[in-house]
Amino acid sequence: MEVRRTPTGHESLIHRRSASELLRGGDINGLTVPAQELTGEELERHVAERVLTTTLEKAVAWARSNSFFPATFGLACCAIEMMSIVAARVDVARFGFEAFRASPRQADLLILSGRVSIKMAPVIRRIYDQMLEPKWAISMGACCSSMGVFNNYALVPADKFMPIDVHVPGCPPRPEALMHGVLKLRKMVQDDPDAGWRERYGAIGTEEVLTGEGYAQDTAVNVPRGSDTTGA
Amino acid sequence: MNSNLSDYRRREQSITMAPLQEQLSDVETVGQELFTINFGPHHPATHGVLRLLVTLEGEVVRDIKPIIGYVHTGIEKTAEDKAYWKVIPVIERMDYLSYYFNSMAFIGAVETLLEVEVPKRAQYLRVIHMELNRIMSHLVWLGTSALDLGAISMFWYCFRERERILDLFEFSSGQRMHTRYFQIGGVIEDIPTGFAEKLRAFVEEMPTRIDQYGALLSRNEIVLQRLRGTCPLNAETLLTLGVTGPLLRAAGNPWDLRKAAPYSSYEDFDFKIPIGTVGDNYDRYAVRRAEMYESVKIIGQALEGLPEGPHITSDRKVALPPRHELATSMEALIHHFKLVTEGMRVPPGEIYYPIEGPRGELGCFVRSDGSSKPARVHMRDPSFVNLQALAHMAEGSYIADLIATLAMLDPILGGIDR
Repeated sequence: MEVRRTPTGHESLIHRRSASELLRGGDINGLTVPAQELTGEELERHVAERVLTTTLEKAVAWARSNSFFPATFGLACCAIEMMSIVAARVDVARFGFEAFRASPRQADLLILSGRVSIKMAPVIRRIYDQMLEPKWAISMGACCSSMGVFNNYALVPADKFMPIDVHVPGCPPRPEALMHGVLKLRKMVQDDPDAGWRERYGAIGTEEVLTGEGYAQDTAVNVPRGSDTTGA
Repeated sequence: MNSNLSDYRRREQSITMAPLQEQLSDVETVGQELFTINFGPHHPATHGVLRLLVTLEGEVVRDIKPIIGYVHTGIEKTAEDKAYWKVIPVIERMDYLSYYFNSMAFIGAVETLLEVEVPKRAQYLRVIHMELNRIMSHLVWLGTSALDLGAISMFWYCFRERERILDLFEFSSGQRMHTRYFQIGGVIEDIPTGFAEKLRAFVEEMPTRIDQYGALLSRNEIVLQRLRGTCPLNAETLLTLGVTGPLLRAAGNPWDLRKAAPYSSYEDFDFKIPIGTVGDNYDRYAVRRAEMYESVKIIGQALEGLPEGPHITSDRKVALPPRHELATSMEALIHHFKLVTEGMRVPPGEIYYPIEGPRGELGCFVRSDGSSKPARVHMRDPSFVNLQALAHMAEGSYIADLIATLAMLDPILGGIDR
């Protein structure tokens, strides 16, 4: 772990060293819990759970939030502005988000860039389900947030069929606005990955699972059945 | 099978890949059996959400069936429910790379019905913005097409120039895309101070940039191998299919509505129509690149010859009165109120107004029943018609050439599905 690059990393180094000292009869500096009362295995587990894992999670969140892999997925007008954040002026590579992945299996950020028709909604839902945890979604532009200027029979807002983490307003949003949205998401992931903001709208456990031998969840939703190609 | 489904749905659902996969396991039949693959709607090379069912024999394409409608937005129907001047924003969002052209086709149709005379300065300003838009559209096409062929640096060069054009759009209208700059009777505002200088600098620099694109691509070994001689289609077949624009011109037919039926003062400008010879993918690339030079020439001429005068018609039944008149003139206030609340009433009739978009003939059909809302608005979008030619172009070629052909076809799904 690159301890000096995160404010919590430095802490974690001290804790780890002092924990091993403690096992030999030392003391834990800076811990508010009455760790002195614990002994032997209990103390070891306490240190592993309370000190090491929380700081590791923060380090992982820091790494994840600085290297989103967005899916190459464009719908309409906003897709052109989404392409311009990769281009030279707003250069998204400065923040480490430039690796657009063509396969949803390799992506962890879905930017819904444009209007979502009723015909397209199941396809998008399936693409989202095909992405593996951890994953996030940004709704870019007025259309997929609220059906925008059209607001008619053909469109459906993205929140109706999938969990969205950040909405970026605009028609279409400027590349700077989308950049701001991505950085907001980075802050959310960095600050508190366990705050429950994803559980709240059911964004956990939506991965598409395979059925058959060795795969237990036969009753799970989002499972492709046999030769069914609708919505493929 | 559910009998309530439409024929289209039933056909769509009847496609199954299971039997084809079973046949593939029999080694002896490989190479003789057909194999159908699904391509899209989520695929980076489809330039949108196009879905193709491609039937292959080995690596050779035997049949292509496009399935469209994944960004159907109901724009034509929405337009029937809005006053004429409020239709412009939704019409602009059809083909999202040629927003000035979309609004020009609609506005031209309504102006013809209203018999409004557009001031010369407004016509020239429209030409400047449309040609800037044509360059911008071709830049996005060139950047993404080169990306499909594996050349990623072209994307950055093209988007660098695109940003300059969007800066100009933002300067004159306040928006980068979907600017709503064209207004029935003229343009919404005159160009701001300093716009002409910025535009002149762009006009001087852009030809050298297009030279650079040519130096990178035109004699590039990979580009030549991927594009030259692949998927040609002759002008007669293209005309039978109704294909227009750069695709038709690449096959040697110099059909361009800016010359054939000039609108918005295009007859004042001196420019050439680039055409190809054999109509293969390389010609399609070369024609579009040459068109950018011609567009720069038109912009330069329009800027130098920009006439003085009003930027919008003085007909108060069509155009909003200037802001300062509202404080002093009761009539201006009434006209303003009527226009904003009800909109203009257009005499009954129907009209088809075609213009030359970046992808071909972009026509707008408007039928008026005398009220303040159109009875029917229909767009003849070039992407939709051109997509028909894809199967004719790519059949019998390799699947890798299908990707290149689709890129050179330059379909915009927003325009196809509307």
